[in-house]
Amino acid sequence: MTDPLLEVDGLSAGYGAFQALFGVDLTVAEGETVAVIGANGAGKTTLLRTLAGLVPATGGSVHFAGRDLLGIPAHRRVAAGIALVPEGRRLFPSLTVEENLRVGGHGGRPGPWDVGRVLGVLPVIEPLLPRPAGVLSGGESQAVAIGRALMSNPRLMLLDEASLGLAPVVVRGLYEALPDIIGSGTTVLIVEQDISQALAVADRVVCLLEGRVSLAGTPRTVARDDITAAYFGRVRA
Amino acid sequence: MSWVNAAVQGVLLGGLFALFATGLSLAFGVMRFVNLAHGDLAILAAYLAVSTTATLDVDPFVSLLVVVPVMAVAGYLAQRFVFDRTIGPDPLPAILVTFGLGVVIQNLLLEHYSADSRGLDAGAIETRSIRLTDDVAVGWFPLLTLVCAVVVLVALQLVLSRTRAGRAFRATSDDPDTAQLMGIDDRSVHARVMAIAFATVALAGVFLGIRQTFGPAEGPTVLLVGFEAVVIGGLGSLWGTLVGGIVLGVAQAVGNQVDVRYDLLSGVLFGHLLFLAVLAFRPQGLFGRKGRA
Repeated sequence: MTDPLLEVDGLSAGYGAFQALFGVDLTVAEGETVAVIGANGAGKTTLLRTLAGLVPATGGSVHFAGRDLLGIPAHRRVAAGIALVPEGRRLFPSLTVEENLRVGGHGGRPGPWDVGRVLGVLPVIEPLLPRPAGVLSGGESQAVAIGRALMSNPRLMLLDEASLGLAPVVVRGLYEALPDIIGSGTTVLIVEQDISQALAVADRVVCLLEGRVSLAGTPRTVARDDITAAYFGRVRA
Repeated sequence: MSWVNAAVQGVLLGGLFALFATGLSLAFGVMRFVNLAHGDLAILAAYLAVSTTATLDVDPFVSLLVVVPVMAVAGYLAQRFVFDRTIGPDPLPAILVTFGLGVVIQNLLLEHYSADSRGLDAGAIETRSIRLTDDVAVGWFPLLTLVCAVVVLVALQLVLSRTRAGRAFRATSDDPDTAQLMGIDDRSVHARVMAIAFATVALAGVFLGIRQTFGPAEGPTVLLVGFEAVVIGGLGSLWGTLVGGIVLGVAQAVGNQVDVRYDLLSGVLFGHLLFLAVLAFRPQGLFGRKGRA
């Protein structure tokens, strides 16, 4: 068996005195799509930000393609092939949409993705190219944020709360692009509050509860009741 | 007539002011960094040119080939090892550290060069001029200063708007955390921006030294003029900085003209009054975007 693309072992992390993750284990194989679900404050976003290198790990280890990521700063993780689509899109508002895409390719990592291919997968972006990124709607911003991440030719794309605050029809449009992205060989780790959306696209789901993994399995093997319990926590007698 | 002449001289003087302001504008625009030692760095560069011209027996323009690169490297290192540690949501550490640096520079200059006024001798170009009309003459050197300012600001603007590095600078300015997610090393961007800022203020300092005499304590005056140009033009806008410098120069020159005629107040005060008026009525500056900074 080959090594998984991403291997997270006993990962702890937090912000200052506040600890958000307590010994999280997670593996993602190359080509697999894994969804991390959980309630607000369960540590999903912190997990992705720690993997991207924006939040320092306080314990445990993260291996990516066999390489220990401890102490590697965020900008060098991009070169290694990790791209984060951050919560809230975080486009560069003073740059145009096209410049946002080009900044995504700043590192020059080789791969199949360029502006033309991104427009092929996310055609909604095309008419927006000359517009300043600060004036887009939520759905447009999200599409550009995903396109921008793809421009770095990631092996692993971390997609944080893609559907947050968007109309269901817009969310469906975005998720329709996902098979093309996965088909290009990109492994995707998504954080999603919409459980049915997560179950529909993911090969495996992992549920976080208060910074710990409370459930892991495939969409077919986990029961809805178990998810509910893992999501909200059991009331113990 | 003399008013036209005053305005023309003001525009030329504004070129020097714009050069003073360029580094401040750039550092503030990209990393919200306020450098209170900026004026002292200009004076430091002028003294470096004094030493270079004396040691290598070259004229001040040639000394730029030494002074500008030395200052650029100093800026890179200062950002990497000192200034970067002060950058954060709280602007106070940067202000305190650069204020302290300014005091250190002033005292080192006083120690090494004494309190005597110095000047840089650029030869005949300092006094030559082109006579446009009977009343209006344009000095070669002030014209050269203005041309340099325009070239530097246009070049910087082109780098920022057209190149990959400029795109990275602007992305870092918008959102340093997310810029890291694009593979941009924000600390390296900051250091390169500060290198450019130091290089431009070195150029300005040497030009100041050719234009007039200077002493070790002159830095804060330069800083004030630079800040006024930045604020009048609009924080973070390079075009605004050029226009701000020129507007300030014209205000001072016209003020001097009023001063000569009516013996009212000094020309420098006119510049300050204009600055206060901009702050009061258009605080975002002439070219500033509303709601930013």
